[in-house]
Order: sequence, then structure tokens, then C-alpha cells
Amino acid sequence: MDLNTLTAQDLLKKLDSKEISAQDILRSLEKSIKAQDTKFKAYVRTQDFHLPQQSIDYSKTTLKGIPVAIKDNICTEGFNTECCSKILEGFHPPYDATVVRKLKDAGAFIFPYKTNMDEFAFGSSTENSCFGPTRNPHNPECVPGGSSGGSAAAVASHQAIWALGSDTGGSIRQPAAFCGVVGLKPTYGLVSRYGLIAFASSLDQIGPITKDVSDCALLLSIIAGRDELDSTSVGSKGCDYSAYLEKDIKGMRIGIPREYFVEGIGPEVKKAVLDAIKVLEKLGAKCREVSLPHTEYAVPVYYIIATAEASSNLARFDGVHYCYVQKNPRLGVRPGGKTQDPAGNIRIITRLLRRLLFKGNAGQESHLSGFYQCL
Amino acid sequence: MAITKETVEYVAHLARIELQPKELDKLSEQLKQILGFIDTLKKIEAAKIPPILNLSQDTNVKRGDTPRNSLLTDKALENSPSKEGKFFVVPKIIE
Repeated sequence: MDLNTLTAQDLLKKLDSKEISAQDILRSLEKSIKAQDTKFKAYVRTQDFHLPQQSIDYSKTTLKGIPVAIKDNICTEGFNTECCSKILEGFHPPYDATVVRKLKDAGAFIFPYKTNMDEFAFGSSTENSCFGPTRNPHNPECVPGGSSGGSAAAVASHQAIWALGSDTGGSIRQPAAFCGVVGLKPTYGLVSRYGLIAFASSLDQIGPITKDVSDCALLLSIIAGRDELDSTSVGSKGCDYSAYLEKDIKGMRIGIPREYFVEGIGPEVKKAVLDAIKVLEKLGAKCREVSLPHTEYAVPVYYIIATAEASSNLARFDGVHYCYVQKNPRLGVRPGGKTQDPAGNIRIITRLLRRLLFKGNAGQESHLSGFYQCL
Repeated sequence: MAITKETVEYVAHLARIELQPKELDKLSEQLKQILGFIDTLKKIEAAKIPPILNLSQDTNVKRGDTPRNSLLTDKALENSPSKEGKFFVVPKIIE
């Protein structure tokens, strides 16, 4: 059995009994990445870094050296964190994101190459990366979803045991669904966002992408909890989510929002969801139809919040605070002047503009002024 | 409110982004669609719905006044393409 195809929970058992070493897992993943990297492009900069040949002593840690793959918008000290954009080319954060530090403390090995994504997480297909698109491991003709498409594809194709992604408006859940793996957007505030390059601060969350639910619970238990470096994070102590998996679901009531079964839902998707409901009922849960009447407004509201906040958050890539001024003056602020687009990557420009327009328009025009007050 | 090409051109100028005529057409069209989409919100009678400002009830989150390590200057300057002593060198932005 190839170690890269196992879950973290299975690997932990093998590591506990000393049947395998952390190095064995790394070698197995290395082989898998070598064989599939060009085909799926789940990772970026695989040529630029080498995996260590010797392992440090992980024996006293929780995760015992199990590797974890990290999305390119989560800061890893000393390793490229570029949001798959030329604007951040060559950026090596001088610190780790809180989630990365927590994983290191728990004895995880942090992969030196990062997973592919839509530039600055704007997108839902992982086609908008300056490194080129990620392909769906189940069918390379299909997209893996996005923006955490690299993380989802890496886990689905066994190039990673598990991974971290980020979700603002579906960027973990949708690629996880497209690639057939488990993805969770934690409740806002559960996981610290310190060191996550911000997109829309009142929506962003970091979360796990894993092969099964028990790995998801374990990874979430490690990264969750209050962090004084993120004032929006809540909860004082951690929680062992794995412990909840053992419990029976008999008698548990599950609400099925009527509005989620709208016209236009894919017939295969609908069938899969209804089948899942049947399984839950068979196990003793009581499924009841409920109504969430504001569902249809969620996406328009998301559009307003996400675009306005992205516009504020991306103001730091102005060629003064961040981004390489001399080499890449694309967004440089020069009164009266216009910037060039030397990278020729128009995608980020159009996406940015759509967002920038919103902020500009919202402030000036009567049409959006009512909404602007809310922001 | 309609999005005109002039509006797009004006905001592109504010954002210091240069657009080709073809991109201008495409973006004006896309923006029109997005605004139409947002118009659906006008249906909501928001006055009848109690506002939720924040799910977490935290206000004024503060850190304790205790010393801790912070980023050292040399480390903070590592990513700078241009520096002078302990400072970043950036282009002059106010004439």
C-alpha cells in the first residue's frame, strides 16, 4: 500500500507502532508529485524547493511529522507566499501564519511548495493563476473548482495527505466538492486569520481539506482557537472535534433548507444530496424541511461586501507597501500617471477593476449609496 | 443608474489602470450585469428585519499590556527591493 494514499489517522497508527517513519511518507508523496505534477499542477514552484532527506525527531509530537500542504495565500516563513500573482513574485514572509505555527507546534511537516489558487483567491476554477491552471484529478478536462483548487486537487490525487485552504465565498467547499474530498469552512472566528493574505476580512476563514471526516476533525482541532493576533477570533481553549465523531446521531434533528433546492440545481447534485439525507435518516436522524427565506439575497450581498473589502485590502499592493516597485510598477501610485501591465496578465486587472469600480462607484453614485452606508 | 464607458474610464483612471478599448466594452457590460444582480436587494423590506451587526458579541478586543517578541528590523527589511540603513526606500508619491 502506498503511504500517500492513506489518511492522516491511518498514518498516525503506523507511526505510533514504528512500522513507518515520517521520511517514508515524504518519499511516497515526493514520488506521487513527480508523477503527477505536470498533469494536474496542484502545486506551484515544485522545482524551486527540495524536500528534506533527513527527518527531525517528531516522536513526542501529536502529528509525528505528517506533512501538510498549504495554500499560496497563507504565510510560511522563508518560503514563497505569492497568492499565485506576479504582484507578489518572490515574497518570502518573515513570519508564519498562526495556523502554520500551530501545525508546526503539533509536529506537522509544512510542505515547502504551496498549492495553486486563483490569483488573490478571486475565482472559482483555479484557472486564474500566474503559474497556470490546476486540473481536476478525476478528469483533467475539468476544472478542480477554486480558489483552493490546488489544495483540493493535491488531496484528491494523493499528492498531499491533507491541506489547508481559505474560503471567502465558497473557496474551500466548492473545490472540495468538485474533487470529491472533504472541505470545511469553519464558523467565522473559529480559526485565526493572522498571516492569511486578506481578501474580504468579514468573510475570510482558513479551513481543512482532507480525505475523510475524521482527518477533517483532527486538523480543525489543531488550527482552531482564540489567537491574540487576530481580534476577530473567538473561544479561549481548543476543542477536540474527533471526540464528537464517535457519538450516535440517533434522534438528532437536521434542517434541510427548502431554498437550497432551487431551479437550476444539477440533477446529479440533487440526487447525491437526497441520497445523503436518506443515509442520515437510516442512521436515526430526523430530517425536516426548514426555510431560510433570505437565501436568494446571499450572493448579491456577498458581491457588495466582498468587492468593497477586497478593494480596501488590496490597497496595500500599491508599489509602496507591497509589490516590487522597480520591477513591476503595475499598481504604482503616481498622481496623474498610469501604470503599465508588464506581466501581461489581464485577468487580475479585470477582476481588480470590477472590485475597485464598486468602491469608486459606491462612493459617488446614488445607485449604491444606500448599500455603501452599510459598509 | 447606468454604467457608461465614461464611468469605467474615470474609475480606471482613479485606479491607475490602463484599459484597451476592447476591455472597456467588456467591463462596462459585466458591470451592468453585476448592478442588475444587486438590484434584487431592493425587494427586501429591511425595516422589518432586526439587524445583526456581529455574531460574536465581542467589543473592543484588547491585548494585555505585556512585552513580547516582535519582528526585528533586519528581518522586516528582507523583502525590500530597496533600503537605506534601517529604512525602506519607496517612490516619492506626494509632489
